[in-house]
Amino acid sequence: MKGTAGSKESNDCLITIESSVERKIEINSIVGVFFYDQILKVVEDTLDEQELYNVKVIVEDKGALDYTIKSRLLTAIERMREDV
Amino acid sequence: MLNGVGREVPDNVKAFVKSDDFKKRKRTLIDKKNKQSKTVFFDDLKLLFDELNISSKMTLSFHHHLRNGDKVIELVSEEVQKRNLTDMHFAPSSIFPSYKLLGELIKEGNITDIHTNYLNGEVADLISKGFLKGKLIMNTHGGRARAIESGDLPIDVAFIACPTVDKLGNGHGAIGKSACGTLGYCISDLEYGKKVVLVTDNVIDELKEHQINSEYVDYVLVVDSIGESSGIVSGTTEVTKDPIGLKIAKDCANLLDYLGLIKNDFSMQTGAGKTSLAVVKFVEEIMKKNNIIGSFASGGITKAYVDMLEAGLFKNLYDVQCFDLDAVNSFSKNKNHIAMSASEYGNPFENSPICDKLDFVILGATEIDLDFNVNVTTDSMGNLIGGSGGHADIAYGADVTIIISPLIKSRIPIIKQKVTTVTTPGTDVDILITERGIAINPLRKDLLDKLKNSQFPIYSINDLLDLTHKITGVPKQIIPDEKIIGYVEYRDGTIIDCLRKINYESK
Amino acid sequence: MFRSLLFIPGNNPSMLQNADVFLADAVIIDLEDAISIKEKDNARNLVHNYLTTSSVLPKQIVLRINSIDTVWYKKDLDLLKTNKINYLLIPKADSKTIIEVNEYLDTLFSNNNLDEIKLIALVETARGITEIDKFAENKRLCAILLGAEDLTNDLEIKRSETNQEIFYARSKVIFACATNKLISIDTPFTNINDIVGLEKDSAFSKSLGMKARACIHPNQLEIVNRIYSPSNEDINWALEVFKAHQANPNVGAFQLKGKMIDKPIIERAKKIIEKAKLFNLM
Repeated sequence: MKGTAGSKESNDCLITIESSVERKIEINSIVGVFFYDQILKVVEDTLDEQELYNVKVIVEDKGALDYTIKSRLLTAIERMREDV
Repeated sequence: MLNGVGREVPDNVKAFVKSDDFKKRKRTLIDKKNKQSKTVFFDDLKLLFDELNISSKMTLSFHHHLRNGDKVIELVSEEVQKRNLTDMHFAPSSIFPSYKLLGELIKEGNITDIHTNYLNGEVADLISKGFLKGKLIMNTHGGRARAIESGDLPIDVAFIACPTVDKLGNGHGAIGKSACGTLGYCISDLEYGKKVVLVTDNVIDELKEHQINSEYVDYVLVVDSIGESSGIVSGTTEVTKDPIGLKIAKDCANLLDYLGLIKNDFSMQTGAGKTSLAVVKFVEEIMKKNNIIGSFASGGITKAYVDMLEAGLFKNLYDVQCFDLDAVNSFSKNKNHIAMSASEYGNPFENSPICDKLDFVILGATEIDLDFNVNVTTDSMGNLIGGSGGHADIAYGADVTIIISPLIKSRIPIIKQKVTTVTTPGTDVDILITERGIAINPLRKDLLDKLKNSQFPIYSINDLLDLTHKITGVPKQIIPDEKIIGYVEYRDGTIIDCLRKINYESK
Repeated sequence: MFRSLLFIPGNNPSMLQNADVFLADAVIIDLEDAISIKEKDNARNLVHNYLTTSSVLPKQIVLRINSIDTVWYKKDLDLLKTNKINYLLIPKADSKTIIEVNEYLDTLFSNNNLDEIKLIALVETARGITEIDKFAENKRLCAILLGAEDLTNDLEIKRSETNQEIFYARSKVIFACATNKLISIDTPFTNINDIVGLEKDSAFSKSLGMKARACIHPNQLEIVNRIYSPSNEDINWALEVFKAHQANPNVGAFQLKGKMIDKPIIERAKKIIEKAKLFNLM
């Protein structure tokens, strides 16, 4: 099961999520030095809301705001759930 | 100790006090060269190196009029590398991405110290990472002229790329296959360098007019090519199409108009970016509408200003370096397109430099802080990405200094509590125009007063910062690395900030 | 009330995060034509989170939903639950579409505690033009936007620079709007690089009776705002009329500079003043 959403355009991010034995989050952001913790928090909070624990998430961030990151993650999750 | 903009600088440097502190001091001038001998022509760099006895630890200077198209600095670097000279001090007026060999020489320790006014590309990245063994000193354009004429920056050999040289050793910048126009940045090197070499790819019998007088020229080196003049194009001929940029430019022009700054005999300078060009276009419209004729525009000159000169909208252009080939062409044919040296442009000790006559200037910023200090030297992580150039010179000189910038660039707010690096002190910066509002430096009560009843969206800079943080979140602060890799030298020779090795740690 | 409405693709974070900065009187967030079939879900999620969490939003927000014959339209309407949307733009509007949307909205509103919403009909089919007088009476409707690209497609004709081919459609929209006190919104000018053409065509459209125009690029907004604003002359005239009326409020009709002023003219003056105030022109 795998889902991808978003893009690598500026102010956007590309998120991939797939099932995994444990929760793993990988963040590559052009603004990571300044916003890594904030991006991580958005991803973790969203996964908690969705009660997803055994997933691997990869975020390729091009300066997306929090709501964009959350949106892309939610779409990726929906797409993963449809991917059976 | 803390300097005049609240920056910690080592005790053994001259700390910045305030931007007009130079007025307390007298101009220092070393003797100009009094050359008796005739100019000698060479066509072999190796032999010239021997003749000049160029050795380790010497200071070699260059100008950047051919910008990214320059081949002279690479040529000289090659010879330095072949001879394995070490601990060299290079003083190019700017460094561009095409200067690849310079990077190798820095890594290998051939070059250990650098003076420059602006740098980007690979060399900037290497120095940011701490590869330069000595120090990087970042000057302003006017400050470099001051440093050379005062003996603070002694030059052993000045290599001056010169598009055309005559048989006597006089030089001109706007003639020849590598024409680049005015040669404003090398005049101090020419007059005060211990030895001066003109490097050219075009020798003619006699120049009727010249920019470079052979009385200062010791040698001429004739080479196949000094560079690609197409590489000098750094300005843009296209007005920005970015709606945010256009909005900022429009607001800027309207604000200038409202403040009554676009009036007969006014003078202005702008950067060469697409948004600046949009400001120029909007100012041009206002001038035409109200039948305004300006006194002069200055700076690196672009086609936009040439068109205005030729349409009679400005009486003169003062040009330290041509930013495009239209400007080169105009400089050759228009009498009122006038060359100026870096010293005449921005040297604080010059008798009424052009920068002091400016009514307003439009400048960019990578960061601006709550005290209106501006950074155009590093990005928010501390990577070197530019430098003052004329920024601090004209910000000091102009009556009104305006910074135009989007509030957010890739999630990074342009407004900071404290800028990463101070290039230009906030006391010389008056207005910040962004897409979400305008901030006026509280020191400018006169401007605040004039704008009191206007419809412009005026906020305090603190409010603009708060608004930005609501959109982006609060970025973490970078922990500066301990290691000082160089200094930002203010135009008067004092240290306005330290440059530190980059550190990707944040807190 | 609008002069300009700016289309913004619902799946473009760069455009969305600056939507409030542009000079549009209203921003149309597009879930329909600007979004590819594969990205409908992505766009809807982005718009949802943007509306619910962005600290800066445009003054007036219009949502263009997908047409009612698609699987996405009801999901799009769920975004009304954000309570951040001021208007819905209904594509391919005709009598049947407007009735169906209204019925669905009735249920949606009674099942959820939502604010009422105004509709803008996007008329872009021959049927839409033919039936315009019928659905223009709908109580939720506040404006009609002409969509000339799809309309000319439907008619199997080409668009031209003169816009002669849409004269009838423009007139139908203007008359239906005037009759039912709706705002007539003209079709976007599609050549975004032709500023002179935009100005000329907008001036013509205004002279016919169009009250606003949709834009597809922020750089069109300044001209559109200027053209569809009351002119300084209009505003001064309106202020004079209003002043004269206030001096003698009980007189039904009076003369001003040799011209008869009566109730409809006073009403028109009031409208101009209201517009001028709203758009900061005084």
